[in-house]
Amino acid sequence: MISAQARHRCRVQLQGYLFIAPWLLGFFAFVAGPMLFSVLLGFYQWNGITPFDASHASFVGLDNYGRMFRHDPLFWKSLWNTLYYAGFSVPLGICVSLLLAVLLNVKVRGIAFFRTAYYIPHVVGGVATIMMWSWVFNPDFGGLNLILHKTGIVALGQWAIDTVPGVKTFLDNHNIAWPPLWLADAFWAKPAIIIMSIWGAGAGMLIYLAGLNAIPKHLYEVAEIDGAGRVRQFFAITIPMLTPTIFFHLVMNIIGSFQVFSQAYLMTGGGPDNATLFYVLYLYQKAFQHFEMGYASALAWVLFAIIMMLTLLVIRSSRLWVYYEGEKN
Amino acid sequence: MARVQPNFWGFKNRRKRVRKVLTLILLCLLALVFILPFYWSVVASLSSLADVYASPPRLWPSTLSVGNYKAAMTVLPFHLFIFNSFYISLFSVTGQVLCASLAGFGFARMRFRGRDAWFVVLLATMMLPAQVTMIPHYQIFRALGWLDSFKPLIVPCFLGGAQGAFYIFLMRQFFKTIPVELEEAARIDGCSSFRIYWDIMLPLAMPAVAAVAVLGFIQHWQDLMRPLIYLSSHELFPVSLGLNMFQSMHGGRPQYMLAASNLTLIPILVAFFAAQKYFVEGITLTGLKG
Repeated sequence: MISAQARHRCRVQLQGYLFIAPWLLGFFAFVAGPMLFSVLLGFYQWNGITPFDASHASFVGLDNYGRMFRHDPLFWKSLWNTLYYAGFSVPLGICVSLLLAVLLNVKVRGIAFFRTAYYIPHVVGGVATIMMWSWVFNPDFGGLNLILHKTGIVALGQWAIDTVPGVKTFLDNHNIAWPPLWLADAFWAKPAIIIMSIWGAGAGMLIYLAGLNAIPKHLYEVAEIDGAGRVRQFFAITIPMLTPTIFFHLVMNIIGSFQVFSQAYLMTGGGPDNATLFYVLYLYQKAFQHFEMGYASALAWVLFAIIMMLTLLVIRSSRLWVYYEGEKN
Repeated sequence: MARVQPNFWGFKNRRKRVRKVLTLILLCLLALVFILPFYWSVVASLSSLADVYASPPRLWPSTLSVGNYKAAMTVLPFHLFIFNSFYISLFSVTGQVLCASLAGFGFARMRFRGRDAWFVVLLATMMLPAQVTMIPHYQIFRALGWLDSFKPLIVPCFLGGAQGAFYIFLMRQFFKTIPVELEEAARIDGCSSFRIYWDIMLPLAMPAVAAVAVLGFIQHWQDLMRPLIYLSSHELFPVSLGLNMFQSMHGGRPQYMLAASNLTLIPILVAFFAAQKYFVEGITLTGLKG
């Protein structure tokens, strides 16, 4: 006979699982199961429309992966484009959001207005803002080049092209237009999308603001008594104390930046000359426009492996540069 | 005051004031940079075609009119797209709030074997790029006959799909901050776990629920990839696909397109300003962006 206590314990166990049951069900149905199926699909050639059986899907072993690395220049192109994007947008995004947070961390009336102004672009970011930017980037009628003209940057650049030897040949050799044609130009399209991503740096700013608030004030007081100036304080206290936040933001940003899709899908469709063919856009095209579901699944796993490797690299390196309080004895 | 006064023009204070003024100027300039694209978009959406394509471009339009907004609403059934987006977002958010608060409560307050291990699994799923499961999801919904309906967009939200792990994490973090004493008192009074969740904890967790709701609403309102994959009938399109359609059909008339896209921003701005407090709270609670 089961004691009342054991029965109670059993019921508590069951209740716990009932609370997480919806998520657990979703985990098996939409995460674990699909992951297994996706691994399997990566070894097949299949159009995704016919039934998944012997007569319609052919087992090709590791051929999908072999094809990707050896025979698919577009795979390498899309990987390069994505690395280019991530390589600029992640560090720049971290610097800008950190700068915004530090600037906002002063006691000035109306600070809430500025916080909202910087944060709004991230909040509304989406298809509508992408449409907005595609107009801003219009080389002839858009706002960005208008500003570049009015501030004399276009003229300055033109002066450099005309007078500094080598600049003109360099630009000609690399097909770089001046003033920038932005989305219509193979060289300027990626910088344009990077600029857009920096515009959404307000999200990181909020995280850094929370991090700044958590730094004990007495550290600065002690530093001031010791005669440390503002700049010295920033690099000796603020940055080290923020490294856990920076670390976290870096990991999340890397994961996010490798999944860049909407901007390219809506504004350029991957062009011009595949300059904005990012990895996920290529994956989407393979799966849902060329109906190569097996190949696209293999692409997805390679993306996963790349993101994981980079994340692990950052985590491993964190020992060298992330400061955790209470760790030192 | 009197003690501060003699130091007012002192070296240290003056430097402080100068720094404050410089910071303020910098803040204003940056705010201008962040707001300018909105300004251009609004101005262009109120301009005539001639002003939009003026050469050289003009900083101020010669005339302003809301005609483009009327035109944008009529050339495509935009009211339908807006309705669809509301429909999808409303049901998806309901599912997300229910699932996230239940699981969040379970992970924060219930004691059961394997809880911590499952929580690690939950955190791990947040790292998984959506593209890995995208193709199997499509196949599942095709097999169920759910393609070209709202079900593939809504149903997973009730089961922790579509960034659900993040919302569960957010709710769990919030439940962790509520004092245990309240719960213990209720338990002694003979309250069931579900009653504690529903009658005591959920009302206390309203700030977190609001954060999940507003983050989720904005997420679904802006979602492009999933509608793109699952929906093909125009009458089912949400605003994201509607705007895309607009762009390909009326690309030569940017003033219409910008009017349409500005319209779709309104619900997001309303949601954001109505729940700004909770929004910011949710982000600082988890340290994650939406």
